[in-house]
Amino acid sequence: MGYHEINLTINGGPEQVRVTSNMTLMRMLRESLALTGTKNGCSAGECGACTVLLNGEPVNSCMVLAVECDGAKVITVEGLASDQQLSPIQEAMIHVGGVQCGFCTPGMLITSRALLDRNPNPSEEEISEALVGNLCRCTGYIRIIDSIKVAARDKAATT
Amino acid sequence: MIKTDTQKTSSPVGESKPRIDAREKVTGAALYADDIQFGNKLLHARIKRSPHPHAMIKKIDVTKALALPGVKAVVTGEDFPGYIGLYLKDRHIFCRDRVRYVGDPVAGVAAINPEIAEQAVNLIEVEYEVLEPVFDPEYGASPKAPLLHPDLGEYTVASFILPQPGSNISNHFKIRKGDVTSAWMKCKAVIERKYRIPHIQHVPIEPHVAIAKVEESGEATLWDSSQSPFAQRDLIAETLGITQSEMRVIAPLVGGGFGGKAGVSMESLAVAIATKVKGYPVKLLLTREEEFFTAFVRQGLVAYFKMGCDNNGQLLAMENTFYWDGGAYTEYGVNITRAAGYSCTGPYEVANVKTDSYCIYTNHPVGGPMRGFGMPEMHAGLEQCIDELALEIGMDAVEFRRRNCVKADSILATGGKMHPTGLSECLEKAAEAIDWGWKAPPSAPNKRRGKGLALMWKAPAMPGNAGSSAWIELAEDGMLTLGVGCQDMGQGAFTVAAQMAAAAFGVPYESVRLATPVDTRFSPYEWQTVASRITWSTGNAIIHAAHDARRQVLDLVAKAWDETPQDLDIVNGMVVSFRSEREIPVKNLAVAGLPKADDTGWMGGPIIGRGSFMPAYVTGLDPDTGQGEHAVVHFTTGAQAIELEVDLDTGKIDILKGVAAFDVGRAINPDMVKAQMEGGLIQGISSALFECLQLKDGIVQNPSFVDYRIATSADIPKSVQSIIVEVPQDDGPWGARGIGEHSMVPTIPAIANAIYDAIGIRFEGPPFTAEKVYLAMLEAGIVKG
Repeated sequence: MGYHEINLTINGGPEQVRVTSNMTLMRMLRESLALTGTKNGCSAGECGACTVLLNGEPVNSCMVLAVECDGAKVITVEGLASDQQLSPIQEAMIHVGGVQCGFCTPGMLITSRALLDRNPNPSEEEISEALVGNLCRCTGYIRIIDSIKVAARDKAATT
Repeated sequence: MIKTDTQKTSSPVGESKPRIDAREKVTGAALYADDIQFGNKLLHARIKRSPHPHAMIKKIDVTKALALPGVKAVVTGEDFPGYIGLYLKDRHIFCRDRVRYVGDPVAGVAAINPEIAEQAVNLIEVEYEVLEPVFDPEYGASPKAPLLHPDLGEYTVASFILPQPGSNISNHFKIRKGDVTSAWMKCKAVIERKYRIPHIQHVPIEPHVAIAKVEESGEATLWDSSQSPFAQRDLIAETLGITQSEMRVIAPLVGGGFGGKAGVSMESLAVAIATKVKGYPVKLLLTREEEFFTAFVRQGLVAYFKMGCDNNGQLLAMENTFYWDGGAYTEYGVNITRAAGYSCTGPYEVANVKTDSYCIYTNHPVGGPMRGFGMPEMHAGLEQCIDELALEIGMDAVEFRRRNCVKADSILATGGKMHPTGLSECLEKAAEAIDWGWKAPPSAPNKRRGKGLALMWKAPAMPGNAGSSAWIELAEDGMLTLGVGCQDMGQGAFTVAAQMAAAAFGVPYESVRLATPVDTRFSPYEWQTVASRITWSTGNAIIHAAHDARRQVLDLVAKAWDETPQDLDIVNGMVVSFRSEREIPVKNLAVAGLPKADDTGWMGGPIIGRGSFMPAYVTGLDPDTGQGEHAVVHFTTGAQAIELEVDLDTGKIDILKGVAAFDVGRAINPDMVKAQMEGGLIQGISSALFECLQLKDGIVQNPSFVDYRIATSADIPKSVQSIIVEVPQDDGPWGARGIGEHSMVPTIPAIANAIYDAIGIRFEGPPFTAEKVYLAMLEAGIVKG
């Protein structure tokens, strides 16, 4: 089992982490860096609870090796707010009621952020399709989709 | 009954306040059990599990496992002789002489990391003598089947559970009311049907996780994702032979429960292992694969319905037999059998009832509480039979239900009376919202459109003495801290608890915070967060506590102002006098009292309110007839209606519209009530169209998200409508009763009835997968291959 020292940017800040060859990005975030906002739902790339942005792309961090992230830019749920100010999607989730148990929420927020970065005014169908890899058992998705619509509208209103 | 003057000033009750825990959840700050940092002493546990559905354990050799560097402890059932169980103590923490399902825990390892623990598990050698298994509940109930629990007669059992020693029947609940035999003669139409409802699983996105630490002194602490910290304290302590106060349970936020994190399932394994590594925390986190079949699953059901009505469409008789596939251990599942028994008629008044509800041991995964507690499984077939009976006498399905559904004072299957209920209103509103009676044309030539509707009812299934308690404290800054023992697993218990405390005491919602995480050392007792009982039961305790605190405040200020407490009130954190118009902030006296006049001393002291609630009126039921005056505390009732299309080319069901109407008594937070209706509808759709634990020879074939499909964002109906009906519950806080489970109960039959409306086909049970529907249409000649 080899060890590697990797350098990467997480939520805008430089990090240097010692990881084993087989450590996933998810375990590195949760265990080496105590960034526990990213959740472990299946460790098999199927539920989306571990979704983070890797160089702008939403990925299941349980399916990415930490060593692949040398030199990369990673955004986790902890990096969505800036200076205590919640992002539009976080605000919308609170007020529209897209949060129940909250376990799928970090993954949902990251996927939503990736969607809105690419497509600032998505249709309901485009939102539905974007979220297909993020499983939720509590909300039935309805208010999560509504939250994204509200966030898109609010973001447009302020730009 | 808690009738109070605070019901005048009800705000913020009835307001859709934002969740009290939303911010921490959207920032990633929210702490779940696997997020807690334990430092370098943390050990990791993995479990050696039976590969056989039924076998005797001949020999276990752990020497190679113990010799692996990094392994700190290996335990087997030999170390833990105690029995454990909620209503029936029929299992051990680790199997002792016999394994009864694939996945049954045989040994446990604690090691410095999960990989070494897993390696050690593979080094444990177990010799089994395979025994003949039972995979079907009807077979299991027959004298031909091997006995899975020969010691059934010796197990400790709750007084209201009726096991049949010498058989695999761990509970037999009976209703014998009126005379069904002569009633059939008076029926214009009688139908008999059989339904088979498969096992499914809760699939919380957060898997079960438990971390346990046992000190040298013997004191144990358990951190876990749990709906039931106090029940876990009680049951685990008793099994390990320690006292309840020495078993501390700390329960942070729950990432989805749906009943699967109630009672005790895997948590006892962590505590047991921890007893062998004193002072070290030991974490057991289920893999997703383990989550599918090694904690709790929803029981399977084989149900026989026979029902008849007269030529006016009045139901005259029902004869129902339920064979519950309870799985290897039915310590919790026995009560599902009972709940289905006393609810056996569905929400209808029927004078003649004969029901036998059997809980049967099989070598399948352990059946336990899942959202609905037997109601979804039972209504799945029952509500289809109602539709069929209506059709048989040429009556509209809604009209048939209108005539027969329970109303205030209807006589129940158990002989007692129904309380005021908005079921009829729910029926009318759901029918109206789905445009009942009007059929839209299909959206394309290869589609068939249909509408279906179903009613439901459910009572909280719990012992008559399930209690709640709460405490209230105030701080110098005016914040009210509310102590509760209930858990928030997403349903919003913490939020409505804060709203109720705010309203009952007299501060804004924003001034309330909860003393969480729930910690059995400091938190007030709560039986379990199950049964959709929390808003109602804990709510009553909260009102009690708030009034206790109010009384202390008003008595003190009245004394200080020389007025009477009746002229005072607390509004927005201010004590105000209607008579003198004086006012003083509560925070000024929250901890420090008030000075007596002329500097002669002090009066009052730290304000602390306490409240307790336990229903006093639930009666037992006769073991031979199931009759009793007051079987349950109350029923929540409701209706769902579905409009769908069937694709003739693929068999795929497209849900176009789902409407729900439930009588919640009073919506403490209307938006959150609707959110429960939405989430329950989608989980119901998922259970109707996709979900099934494929059991073959006792092995779950599909324990992963790829092969066990749950609803995704692409599967939701285009249109969803949630209607709140409010017929108050006389002893509910502001009239409230529960909603958490009910919203997933009628969905399977509503969809099945709509499928029948579309293509004229019914199925023996869900899931109504595209493949199943297509093949049925082929066989029926509706399509040609």
